[in-house]
Amino acid sequence: MAESTELRTGVVADPKKPVAEKEPLFGKKEKILITDPLLDNNPITIQVLGVCSALAVTSLVYPSLVMAVAVVFVCAFSSLLTSLMRNIIPKAVRLIVQLVIIATLVTLVNEALKVLAFPVYKQLSVYIGLIITNCIVMGRLEAFAMANKPWRAFLDGVGNGLGYGLILVAVGVVRELFGKGSLFAGSPIAMNIIGPSGDTTQYWINTAADSGIGSFFGWYANNNLMVLPAAAMFVIAVFIWIQRSYNSKLVDVS
Amino acid sequence: MGEFLNIFIKSAFIENMVLAYFLGMCSFLAVSKTLSTATGLGLAVIFVLGITMPINWVINEYVLIPAELEFLRFILFIAVIASTVQLVEMVVEKFSPGLYAALGIFLPLITVNCAILGGSLFMVSREYNLTESIAFGLGGGLGWFLAIIALAAIRERIRYSNVPPALRGLGMAFLITGLMGIAFLSLTGIDPTVFAGWSGTVAE
Repeated sequence: MAESTELRTGVVADPKKPVAEKEPLFGKKEKILITDPLLDNNPITIQVLGVCSALAVTSLVYPSLVMAVAVVFVCAFSSLLTSLMRNIIPKAVRLIVQLVIIATLVTLVNEALKVLAFPVYKQLSVYIGLIITNCIVMGRLEAFAMANKPWRAFLDGVGNGLGYGLILVAVGVVRELFGKGSLFAGSPIAMNIIGPSGDTTQYWINTAADSGIGSFFGWYANNNLMVLPAAAMFVIAVFIWIQRSYNSKLVDVS
Repeated sequence: MGEFLNIFIKSAFIENMVLAYFLGMCSFLAVSKTLSTATGLGLAVIFVLGITMPINWVINEYVLIPAELEFLRFILFIAVIASTVQLVEMVVEKFSPGLYAALGIFLPLITVNCAILGGSLFMVSREYNLTESIAFGLGGGLGWFLAIIALAAIRERIRYSNVPPALRGLGMAFLITGLMGIAFLSLTGIDPTVFAGWSGTVAE
């Protein structure tokens, strides 16, 4: 079985290494699985996967954060389940099996959110369901989980989910801060950073501002461009620009 | 008919799937390098959206809701889409080899195109009826088609421009999509009731 897996994936085991050697549970190789997708192999800015469903939710930080957690969960556990079943899934129907695994997990997330955080659930609307067709989840199942052991596949799923969530939350921070002047609006820790001090009950930091600690707040006029869906594209383009300026290996030569 | 046109125009231009809702963004960015492939993918999307939307509507209305199995919606919809794509691929291959040659490689890609599943989910959350969901499917597909050929044409032109190296390719594609999104936003003012002969009300 090990041989056919190698043939299928083109990954050749190190010949010097005895196969039976016990590998550490969380060694250097495992760490790379988590850290690599965060920056150098980021799902959104480098692999261009999974841009689909979630950009529309990034106008506020809190929904982006919820979305990121949902994607990490789905990505990690679908990788784990697929990897556990990788030897019994017939090759011809593997896409449908993968889709059913993902759809089941997304249904779980959907029902859980409906119970735990209904306002956010309403805000995210169809985009939770669209995690099913999020290309990073499927992409990692095809590229990694079908050919690797469960623990490594799980870590790979966590890493890619986190790399995706990182961009999502970063875009959310930029868009909410410059679009509304606040952060985490709608959540229990909503805070007004530079925005107009309107509804002070909504933001716990602003109550401090009104008691005279900071006249720092309230000077900022909201930039409505940032609230538009198109702003997400601009923000990501700038992220890509910065990242590729620092790492010229990533520059698109075609 | 008025309501049909109303939703058709609205979903094609005003609430464009890609530019307003970011649906199908992966393939939108990945397959827009040349105009000919973009056209093929765009046609395939219109085709599959137009077919799966009514099927999913019937399943939702006559199977899921009477049996109170709404929580199975995701699994059933994606299964319908995957099998429809497979079926369409076989039928097209048998009866129209020319179309198959044009769409062939793009059809399997479409299963994981969020625009298809997204369309069906929007259809449920907006409570469309059968004709409305056909209009939404065809209109949404047309909007997606127009957006991808526009992006592909711009990207073909921009290849000879002096773009900063770090922005080349992907970075520019993101910027262009953003600008196109703002351009499409200017269509928001259109009142679709014009097309409905002033009879229907504007659909939400």
